[in-house]
Amino acid sequence: MRLDHISFELKGGEILGIAGVAGNGQDEMFAALSGERLSKDPGTVVIEGIAAGHLSITGRRKLGAAFVPEERLGHGTAPRMKLSENALLTGHAASGMVRHGFIDTAATLETVDKATETFDVRKAKRDPEAASLSGGNLQKFIVGREILRNPAVLVVNQPTWGVDAGAAAVIRQALLDLAAAGAAVLVTSQDLDELVEITDRIAVMFHGRLSVPLPTREATREKLGLLMGGSSLEPKEAAHAAGA
Amino acid sequence: MQLVLEKRAERSNTIALISPLIAIGLTIVTMVILFAILGKNPLLALDAYFIAPLTDGYSLQEIAVKATPLVMIAIGLSLCYLANAWNIGAEGQFLIGAVAGSWIAVKTQGTDAGAWVLPAMLLLAAAAGALYALIPAICKVRFGASEILTSLMLVYVADLFLDYLVRGPWRDPHGFNFPTTAEFDPVATVPLLIDGGRLHLGSIIALLVVAAAAILLGRTIKGFEIRMVGAAPRAARFGGFNANQLVILTFAVSGALAGLAGIIEVAGPVGHLQPGISPGYGFTAIIVAFLGRLNPIGILIAGLFLALTFIGGEQAQIAMKIPLDVTKVFQGILLFYVLACDSLILYRFRLVFPNRQVARGTG
Amino acid sequence: MELVEAIILSVLAASTPLLIAATGELVTERSGVLNLGVEGMMIMGAACGFAGAWLTGSILIGALCGIAAGTLMSLVFALMALGLAVNQVATGLALTILGIGLSGLIGAGFVGERITPAAHLYIPGLTDIPLIGHVPFGEDAFVYLSLALIVGVWWFLYRTRPGLILRACGDNHVSAHALGYPVLRIRTLAAMFGGACAGLAGAYLPLAYTPFFIPGMTAGRGWIALALVVFSSWRPGRLVVGAYLFGAVTILQLHAQGWGVGIPSQFMSALPYLATVIVLVLLSRARTGGSTAPAALGTVFVPDR
Repeated sequence: MRLDHISFELKGGEILGIAGVAGNGQDEMFAALSGERLSKDPGTVVIEGIAAGHLSITGRRKLGAAFVPEERLGHGTAPRMKLSENALLTGHAASGMVRHGFIDTAATLETVDKATETFDVRKAKRDPEAASLSGGNLQKFIVGREILRNPAVLVVNQPTWGVDAGAAAVIRQALLDLAAAGAAVLVTSQDLDELVEITDRIAVMFHGRLSVPLPTREATREKLGLLMGGSSLEPKEAAHAAGA
Repeated sequence: MQLVLEKRAERSNTIALISPLIAIGLTIVTMVILFAILGKNPLLALDAYFIAPLTDGYSLQEIAVKATPLVMIAIGLSLCYLANAWNIGAEGQFLIGAVAGSWIAVKTQGTDAGAWVLPAMLLLAAAAGALYALIPAICKVRFGASEILTSLMLVYVADLFLDYLVRGPWRDPHGFNFPTTAEFDPVATVPLLIDGGRLHLGSIIALLVVAAAAILLGRTIKGFEIRMVGAAPRAARFGGFNANQLVILTFAVSGALAGLAGIIEVAGPVGHLQPGISPGYGFTAIIVAFLGRLNPIGILIAGLFLALTFIGGEQAQIAMKIPLDVTKVFQGILLFYVLACDSLILYRFRLVFPNRQVARGTG
Repeated sequence: MELVEAIILSVLAASTPLLIAATGELVTERSGVLNLGVEGMMIMGAACGFAGAWLTGSILIGALCGIAAGTLMSLVFALMALGLAVNQVATGLALTILGIGLSGLIGAGFVGERITPAAHLYIPGLTDIPLIGHVPFGEDAFVYLSLALIVGVWWFLYRTRPGLILRACGDNHVSAHALGYPVLRIRTLAAMFGGACAGLAGAYLPLAYTPFFIPGMTAGRGWIALALVVFSSWRPGRLVVGAYLFGAVTILQLHAQGWGVGIPSQFMSALPYLATVIVLVLLSRARTGGSTAPAALGTVFVPDR
């Protein structure tokens, strides 16, 4: 799917929801925002006022961005690696887990403990392999791992996909708390109820295009449904900016 | 009723620990059968292979000497394999290292060059091995050419190049036309650890390499990157790790180690450059790397064990006329069993009754 | 002019084992299995093929022994890589290491022995035509067989339903499995075909190419066959071109050595290997748009139950 003229801005303290049927460019947009797919033009992504389109995912994390991909196993975590190692996976750039190239094992374990405690991650032992956790518990760990880094911007793809109701509630509350603390949060989800519950504004993705965001209060199911079907989309001309 | 393979929820640490032992056990059982087929007394053969070499000092030293190149090469290969980069041309990198280091030895032959000769040889050999390994790595990263095939093709090229040198420009004029250089000067020779013994400085270097690799993989972010890129490529990209960069790095390091092993072998136990300086160290090291479970300490143990089979094989040939090829068969079978047993770390067998399968459904 | 004919004949002879082995591996890889053990299966085919022919005096039985040896080796591979879900690269390497050792052991007793090589076709009149007679009408049976084999494989892959299913397994084993095809069984059969071909290709060497066995006589041909499959973009037609081009390089460098070109013989001998590297690089470079390899090539498949 080609992304076409997508442009939006995200302010601190706000949760923007992206609705839409899967396969309409959500994964591509995640890759473009995270830096897994790089742009030649630095201005395509702006984080905290700094042009970041040319920066790698590590560079963007250093600017205060955090990312939670849709797939838990194999993308968000390495399935056969321990949680502490998976904490290091996204924490190595900016959270004191690495000194002079050496790993501070205590610091990585501490992150696991903190995520476990704060987000109620249930597991059989202190530092198990990622693949041994249930979907909900692993998702709580992944979201927790990112939130513990105090991000200025959090980009989440399908935060509660295939997750049990209890874990989903914990994760949604965590996103609300993060926004309340002043962070900008972008949630892509296929679950309209979820978006209505936690977001301030909702935009719809269709065929690689993004609609103008509606305030969530005004976003009725009918309106969103029409947009998801591809009608009355107003293309935006500029192709830049997401800032907190 | 059907036997099927099934993923385990979590890797089995028990099996991870004992699987090399099971593999060795199964290999020995297979070898007993093979010895019996060859008409040799299996017990005597096993004794010649595994026990006799351990009972005298000379053989023990010889095991350490043989293990030295195996361990050094296998450590480098393990880094590649962990990063999912398939360097199988270590044999060629070994030979090129030997050639490059020997160049200094040949050029300074008979001059009053001082103690700098050997360190320079080691450095040049490592650099040459690394550069030679970078050819397949760069072909892979830049052009997407299979590093497996290119690195292997370069083994044959290196072999022919060495052959050319010792039959042509570097041949010892007093060597009765044998394809070999003259014996290296003492300053170009790896010093022995025990006077009159076989053990040389190379073994110490190999131990240092093991220690360095253990620290790299266990304690540093670079080592973590290497493991992550191999274990979960997409997650590694999400973590911000550059797989191509790691292909280059691991190939360069493994090439350097193979090259170093090459010059140590030539300037140590062999003493001059000639064809056939390696009984396939570069390939046997692949077995060592897997038998050692791509873990530095494991590789040290596996290297000593494989070296034992080399020495044992020689002794069995002398004492019982068992062909040397049996050693290669042994090593090949061992690798098979190691890989098979490793599979049980991640999977387990289960009996399935087809008629109930439907009722269970999927999920 | 006789020299030209002799060169063409020797190119055909040098290309035939490459073509046979690569044809087998092409089918294997088309099913999604990467068997890097071609060299090991070939050398086993050479040892067992020679042993069979020497013991019975029959080239045919020798060839069958080679096929059997290659097939057995590929079964070991299938058991490991498909049955036990072991990494295919590592298993292929293991197969090669084992094959080299085992063939040395089997062949040891036959080193120094000679056999009468496979007979060449002779049709009075036709074969005798100068220049153009020998090439089409004066080859040994293996040459004709190799061509029949590649035509058969092309027909099978693109014109039959089983061929379509085999390719489906190679492109997406999950959907092939979902459609109810026995992925692992199909792959095992494809791997066995690859083994049989590699064994036959190996047997060709001592039965027709040189009438004796020496350890390690395959000299990397199995690896070159693997490279040829990449060269061919997994298409039978291009495989034939690649194999003959490759045979030509091998033979021309041999002749160049004979003509006393002022280049050391080792450098000429290195040419086929260097050519392989260069061709792999050029091809991969030309294909930056996307790989033509079967999408599931070399990946582990453990069906959900």
